[in-house]
Amino acid sequence: MSRGESATPLGRVRGLGSAHEGGEHWLTERVTSIALLLLGTWLVASLLFLPSLDQRTIFEWLRAPSGAVPMALLIVTGFKHALDGMKVIVDDYVHQPGNNFAMNSLLLFLAIGGGALALFALARIALGGGA
Amino acid sequence: MAATNPRPLSPHLTIWRWGPHMLVSILHRVTGAGLSIVGLAMLTWWLTALAGGTDAYTAFTKAASHPVGLIVLIALSWAFFQHLLSGIRHLAMDTGAAFELDTNKRFAILTIVGSVVLTAALWAYILEYRP
Repeated sequence: MSRGESATPLGRVRGLGSAHEGGEHWLTERVTSIALLLLGTWLVASLLFLPSLDQRTIFEWLRAPSGAVPMALLIVTGFKHALDGMKVIVDDYVHQPGNNFAMNSLLLFLAIGGGALALFALARIALGGGA
Repeated sequence: MAATNPRPLSPHLTIWRWGPHMLVSILHRVTGAGLSIVGLAMLTWWLTALAGGTDAYTAFTKAASHPVGLIVLIALSWAFFQHLLSGIRHLAMDTGAAFELDTNKRFAILTIVGSVVLTAALWAYILEYRP
């Protein structure tokens, strides 16, 4: 980010917002939202069009690459988008720096821990033995 | 930061008359937080139960088909549709479009109508055709 040395008006103010950063976070939130538009619609449509919702059918659906790969993408993108969105909420309402750091750290651990648990369960389904 | 510099702040929530755009704005945040916490917890529980075998999955479906579980699932599906439609509205507004007062209000109302209609249609289909 340029600080003062730039000749253009935009260059002089860029990065001088209260946070001095955040453009990338903002853009990532939008890109993951577009991915989730597709993956979320895929999940709802799949659950609607599966022949049945019993355990065997869902297990076989997620064992096949056509189910496992979108589900893995949904887990990773979903937890990332949730983390980015919750950070906006925390930064809006938790102003005290120590509390803000604690809340954002807690969210990070929850998102990575939850995402890892979901991915591990999916791996057991997709790569493991029978139900 | 309010703690170190007690300058006057905008009395945002207490002073404005409520309208559809304000409702949709706060609903986007509320549904996003709900999907992040409850939605991802349910997704992770569902996947770990699937991977955990018949007993674990029976416990999940028992909880999910309990009246309280059904209410949570119906609320989550509504939150998904509301956040999805409101998210599309936000992506359009990110391009600078739809800020005219009447257009903005109309699309805000449409996200609410859309999410209710989609939720009703989804559950009518599930409860009617997916025992």
